[in-house]
Amino acid sequence: MAGLWVGAVALVTAGRRGRLPPQQLMRSAALRTLKHVPHYSRQHLLVSRGLGSVGYDPSEKTFDKILIANRGEIACRVIKTCKKMGIKTVAIHSDADASSVHVKMADEAVCVGPAPTSKSYLNMDAIMEAIKKTRAQAVHPGYGFLSENKEFAKCLAAEDVIFIGPDTHAIQAMGDKIESKLLAKKANVNTIPGFDGVVKDADEAVRIAREIGRVDEEEGLFQLMVLEVHSPRSGYPVMIKASAGGGGKGMRIAWDDEETRDGFRFSSQEAASSFGDDRLLIEKFIDNPRHIEIQVLGDKHGNALWLNERECSIQRRNQKVVEEAPSIFLDPETRRAMGEQAVALAKAVKYSSAGTVEFLVDSKKNFYFLEMNTRLQVEHPVTECITGLDLVQEMIRVAKGYPLRHKQADIPINGWAVECRVYAEDPYKSFGLPSVGRLSQYQEPIHLPGVRVDSGIQPGSDISIYYDPMISKLITYGSDRTEALKRMEDALDNYVIRGVAHNIALLREVIINSRFVKGDINTKFLSDVYPDGFKGHTLTENERKQLLAIASSLFVASQLRAQRFQEHSRVPVVKLDTVKWELSIKLHDEDYTVTASNSGSTFSYKVHILTKLAAELNKFMLKKVAEDTSSILRSPMPGVVVAVSVAPGDMVAEGQEICVIEAMKMQNSMTAGKTGKVKSVQCRAGDTVGEGDLLVELE
Amino acid sequence: MAAAVRVLAAGARLRVLPGGLSTAVRSLCSQPVSVNERIENKRRAALLGGGQRRIEAQHKRGKLTARERISLLLDPGSFVESDMFVEHRCADFGMAADKNKFPGDSVVTGHGRIHGRLVYIFSQDFTVFGGSLSGAHAQKICKIMDQALTVGAPVIGLNDSGGARIQEGVESLAGYADIFLDTSYLFITGPDVVKSVTNEDVTQEELGGAKTHTTMSGVAHRAFENDVDALCNLREFFNFLPLSNQDPAPIRECHDPSDRLVPELDTVVPLESTKAYDMVDIVHSVVDEREFFEIMPHYAKNIIVGFARMNGRTVGIVGNQPKVASGCLDINSSVKGARFVRFCDAFNIPLITFVDVPGFLPGTAQEYGGIIRHGAKLLYAFAEATVPKVTVITRKAYGGAYDVMSSKHLCGDTNYAWPTAEIAVMGAKGAVEIIFKGHENVEAAQAEYIEKFANPFPAAVRGFVDDIIQPSITRARICRDLDVLVSKKVHRPWRKHANIPL
Repeated sequence: MAGLWVGAVALVTAGRRGRLPPQQLMRSAALRTLKHVPHYSRQHLLVSRGLGSVGYDPSEKTFDKILIANRGEIACRVIKTCKKMGIKTVAIHSDADASSVHVKMADEAVCVGPAPTSKSYLNMDAIMEAIKKTRAQAVHPGYGFLSENKEFAKCLAAEDVIFIGPDTHAIQAMGDKIESKLLAKKANVNTIPGFDGVVKDADEAVRIAREIGRVDEEEGLFQLMVLEVHSPRSGYPVMIKASAGGGGKGMRIAWDDEETRDGFRFSSQEAASSFGDDRLLIEKFIDNPRHIEIQVLGDKHGNALWLNERECSIQRRNQKVVEEAPSIFLDPETRRAMGEQAVALAKAVKYSSAGTVEFLVDSKKNFYFLEMNTRLQVEHPVTECITGLDLVQEMIRVAKGYPLRHKQADIPINGWAVECRVYAEDPYKSFGLPSVGRLSQYQEPIHLPGVRVDSGIQPGSDISIYYDPMISKLITYGSDRTEALKRMEDALDNYVIRGVAHNIALLREVIINSRFVKGDINTKFLSDVYPDGFKGHTLTENERKQLLAIASSLFVASQLRAQRFQEHSRVPVVKLDTVKWELSIKLHDEDYTVTASNSGSTFSYKVHILTKLAAELNKFMLKKVAEDTSSILRSPMPGVVVAVSVAPGDMVAEGQEICVIEAMKMQNSMTAGKTGKVKSVQCRAGDTVGEGDLLVELE
Repeated sequence: MAAAVRVLAAGARLRVLPGGLSTAVRSLCSQPVSVNERIENKRRAALLGGGQRRIEAQHKRGKLTARERISLLLDPGSFVESDMFVEHRCADFGMAADKNKFPGDSVVTGHGRIHGRLVYIFSQDFTVFGGSLSGAHAQKICKIMDQALTVGAPVIGLNDSGGARIQEGVESLAGYADIFLDTSYLFITGPDVVKSVTNEDVTQEELGGAKTHTTMSGVAHRAFENDVDALCNLREFFNFLPLSNQDPAPIRECHDPSDRLVPELDTVVPLESTKAYDMVDIVHSVVDEREFFEIMPHYAKNIIVGFARMNGRTVGIVGNQPKVASGCLDINSSVKGARFVRFCDAFNIPLITFVDVPGFLPGTAQEYGGIIRHGAKLLYAFAEATVPKVTVITRKAYGGAYDVMSSKHLCGDTNYAWPTAEIAVMGAKGAVEIIFKGHENVEAAQAEYIEKFANPFPAAVRGFVDDIIQPSITRARICRDLDVLVSKKVHRPWRKHANIPL
């Protein structure tokens, strides 16, 4: 339903552009945009530049050629920056991706295997071969795939190829949840109370779960935190996590002993099959937390910066859906504290690239280190929008060995940015089950102001079963949160995706949800707001009326057009002269009767249509000041003045008769609206007056 | 005559159908009434057809009455009825009695407008003697047909009849029939006769239901959900057709730019030549506003046929469907295609053909069934067609099947190949297996064959395709071609009629 509504809104937008009936415009507008793609692209470039980064210094030599060991939007994203920096690019691709956008954008492309990722994008041998063949000097891994794979980083090092990311040591240290937690503790970063070692078996898991929350100063393994502890005698609820995990896999919450045993079993199985590593750890589970992360950037000279936070609390199945920067929740002190701890951790591992330190933040603004991602994050564009940095460019620079160009004090928060992950999935089933297919129609809303779309697809692209079903990242930017969200609303309404199911309806509902708008969000937002699953937009009475009105006007327009033929017909066409269309519209299994008319009194709506520009300018027009009717007397009807009882200069009291008008053989006494002096008398006995004619003015 | 013409046998003798045919509405002439009053009474009776009770019975079956159907099909208020006072002339079996006379008899006829365009119409009235065909009934239909012929306007027949009121005569005809799903049956002999002749047990639905005729027999061209859906669709369909074969295909006001680029077509054909794609996707992207009125969508699905518009002008679309049986031609798809091509040619509708055909379907079933003869029908139909013919080869165009699909050799006016086109005698694998039978280095030979023939150049060099075009400009090119070809004239030597290999 929401989809339909969104569609209808888009139609109205199109319909306002001119004088043609809405349907004609809808179609021609939609089609015209296709032709204007180059034009939009140009605008897009301008926008990107606006959103983008401190300029590129051509004298700063980095690499001649970079291979991007990834696909889709992130490969395109990296290639864009490379182009800006004058670096040649090599794309790798699977058989299935041979004609995809990242391949077309790159200067060179090498096929690294068949469609399954294990045989192509994770196929290190083939990728190393491609690097040798193309003589790429450096590799950007993007996110996912080999981005946090230390083996890959080692292979590259052995071939003297630079890995654009942190060094192997940092990847290894942060890739392991247990090791990273210990490191974080050592660097004085707040961590979640829990057992910082490998859990051996289910019984031990239960024992640990019970003990979390007690103080054990002797061993120093457990830490008491003032938290909402559900049972004072135990640490429940606890979170069981795969040490090698990520993306929500191998994670389970347990509320009692039994669940802990089950959780241990399932998580270790899942961890073994997903990561080939069944080591688990147990932590206190923080209820209703926010997920806020700090972007850090380090170089090879021991410098590190924090580039503010990203709020990523809107998640489904532990995967982020809507992200924004900055967070509405953080105050400058908390932000600084988090930033400084993140930098401390980065420095502790000699971090020399862009990375992200993830925190859970509870309702009292206590924050706990969750993990550090040693790669470029999916949601990095929101940080780029508010700081003006191009993170990929900075990654390439520091990989080459240049020191950071910025000081912590140079890092601003300019405005507000929101990112929605547009997925090919059906949001009506557990907030999103993947959908595959061909994008028969596809058009990004990049013609709108403050919109950035990071995507790696084009009209006609396939969303295949082999890869992530993300269609694009839609980012809007504004001077404040309200503007960014309003732009997001417009952008989502103008996004055209046909051929696969998509989650735009859900995204649009989230960003207009009152709790979200207020900033009252946590990682359980979706299940809290939609306890029975997402059902689509519920129309308000007003929206329903609008939808019906639009639908009926579209129908009438198409019916009228169906009888407009261009050639001269041998048998003349007798056009239907319908003044009133009685329609019945079915909406949500309910029938509504609508009367559409071009004359008479059957109009149900007062419609005043202006072009967008005229409407904007209209607000400068002065409102007609309501006439002070108490000091003037107008004739309420046509008639003849029978008598005038006052003369200029007379004082009259409120309610006193001023004159008498005869109309329809009735004498009507006109009385003064207030007490005052008569300024002028505009009529005389015997005058014929019309409706609205001025009779007497008071001072 | 246009689409929905039905030929019906006239001048039949009457015989009463079994069953009670009583009615409640007749109460005329019990006392002297003025002529005007009699006229009024007759009119009122005619509007009620077989009476309120039978109307209700019709509604209970989920069917509309003859008049309701007309009011839905035609523009409001445009129906002008004729022969409202005609009654049957049978005197046997008590048929002469007043209670067995219904003004207008079992069919409603007249003319009206659909989207302002003239159309003659007859609608059989099941409430009167089960819509059965009497002499008067047939006469009424013939009358409007004759009139339609003189003015050059189409006739639409809405059939709802138990058959003839006689036991002889009427045949079942495959016009552009509209069969209503689940409530309609069409057969020459009913289940009882079938049982007695061939000893087959079959239900009405199995023998002649909408599903049978739209998926197996190919007798009906579209099935719809119900009466309302069918009639609304018929209004849409009517707008694609000219009023007669003397008129050009209609050009409707178009809001889809004729030079619109279609970037998604550049990636529609998969890289692996064995992978299927949906030809309907291509049709939707190319035609005006993605509107494609498909004919026989459930029969012989390896070929798609239907009507669409290019820059407002009606065109007939024929396309191989790689999604079904690799888009090969077999008996059913050839006949389906041939019938459609001839229809378009008869009514001046230009033909756009999308080709991705690996060949004719091999096998004994096809050969014994006469694939050569039936395949020739499609070949003949394309060759004989004098309307503008534009052909686009999207991928495979192999062997004889390539020739058949509106190729240059059948006088296609403009033939395009996409860069993915492979115009060859057969696929590389099969070809190499034959040429290099027993040779060792088959793979290299195959690669050479692909290099040589699996591309559009060999055909382009010989002028078998006029141009190799980027898929994204296909729409623009076809629209431009149709503008040029609008004055196309072909003079054929006189002959009594053409001789299609039936």
